[in-house]
Amino acid sequence: MNVTVTVNGSQVEAEVPDRTLLVHFLRDVAGLTATNIGCDTSSCGACTVLLDGRSVKSCTMLAAQADGRSVVTLEGLADGDGELHAVQRAFRAEHGLQCGFCTPGMVMAAVSLLSENPDPSEAEVRTALEGNLCRCTGYHNIVRAVLAAAGERGGR
Amino acid sequence: MIPAPFTYKRASSVDEAVDLVARDGEDAKFLAGGHSLLPLMKLRLAVPQTLVDIGRLGELSYIRDEGDHIAVGAATTHGELASSGLLGRDLPLLAHAAGQVGDPQVRHCGTIGGSLAHADPAADLPAVVLALDATLVARGPAGSREIAAADFFRGLFETALEPGELLTEIRIGKPAAPGWAFQKFTKRAIDWAIVGVAVQGGRVALVNMDQTPVRAVAVESALADGAAPAEAAAHAAAGTSPSEDLNATRAYREHLARVLVRRALEAAQAAG
Repeated sequence: MNVTVTVNGSQVEAEVPDRTLLVHFLRDVAGLTATNIGCDTSSCGACTVLLDGRSVKSCTMLAAQADGRSVVTLEGLADGDGELHAVQRAFRAEHGLQCGFCTPGMVMAAVSLLSENPDPSEAEVRTALEGNLCRCTGYHNIVRAVLAAAGERGGR
Repeated sequence: MIPAPFTYKRASSVDEAVDLVARDGEDAKFLAGGHSLLPLMKLRLAVPQTLVDIGRLGELSYIRDEGDHIAVGAATTHGELASSGLLGRDLPLLAHAAGQVGDPQVRHCGTIGGSLAHADPAADLPAVVLALDATLVARGPAGSREIAAADFFRGLFETALEPGELLTEIRIGKPAAPGWAFQKFTKRAIDWAIVGVAVQGGRVALVNMDQTPVRAVAVESALADGAAPAEAAAHAAAGTSPSEDLNATRAYREHLARVLVRRALEAAQAAG
């Protein structure tokens, strides 16, 4: 079917098989490979993107379900001048990553959290990241980064 | 993992959705949030020929105060249930339990109707609608009908829905008895409950203690006879037939049921 998704502000249109998953549309059609395929069973959160502003796991969604809607991937967070998003800056400053595989999903989950709850407690951050696994177990710094980003954005 | 090929159709109304599924018979399935169906399709445990997307139908996504009851559209997401002020005030059990389903990403997509129609005995909301004594509304080619939650869950992943019938609404009477609680035990945050329990007033329903969600009848009758929470909870596993799997033996599930029911009854008493 013909699928048109606004990805990071630009329209991406393609004729794809009906069974195409959103994550494959993003990686293989749009050429945006920050979104990782981890467990492929909606457990690990590595494929998290924003759909109309809210975090979703793109391995458990058809591209057809995103047709006509707006998706933001990690590549879409920095502004046009390459200035990193507050959450990206905080992950760098707080060393919120080790191997980096879970990072795009963690960052997108954090962006979604802060849009719903700009001033989360540490416990709320940990709960909000339940759908994202870090196999390096680097959770402490990830949580610290999300709290720092909230602080920088004036939430705290 | 990629699902087997199918034809995707997007319905623009409930009537059209029912029509489209009726046309393709048992090979067609409704797709709402997709968080039960797509994983099954990726594993090829479900191989529908046609998917009819109802995920964008505004007429299936609402939470309405109808005076004596609350009406919830079947395609309302767990996230919308969890953040609803109306549910928070009048049906806190449903709002709270919906906020415990999966993780934020899952709650942004998964729907109450999808969870009920999927009828996984380990899912949270089927037991919640049992404890709330909800009425489910289904629409098929022959029209709409009401099904009591108590009659809805028929077996493992099996419901009273006929082929081609779409769950459209969940109606829940405003509870007369305010005490409520929801407890579940998981090994990791996003896991399905090994055992769970939903309590509303004197009604107690169990997650994952049988092939379907079940009311803990022996606990309820002990409560009705005036038993204290700890005393009533001792009967939590009576009449159940929990499965054995890598998470738990039958005896362990029975133990969890007794512990969780006691905690839930005590919490419900405190909340009431």
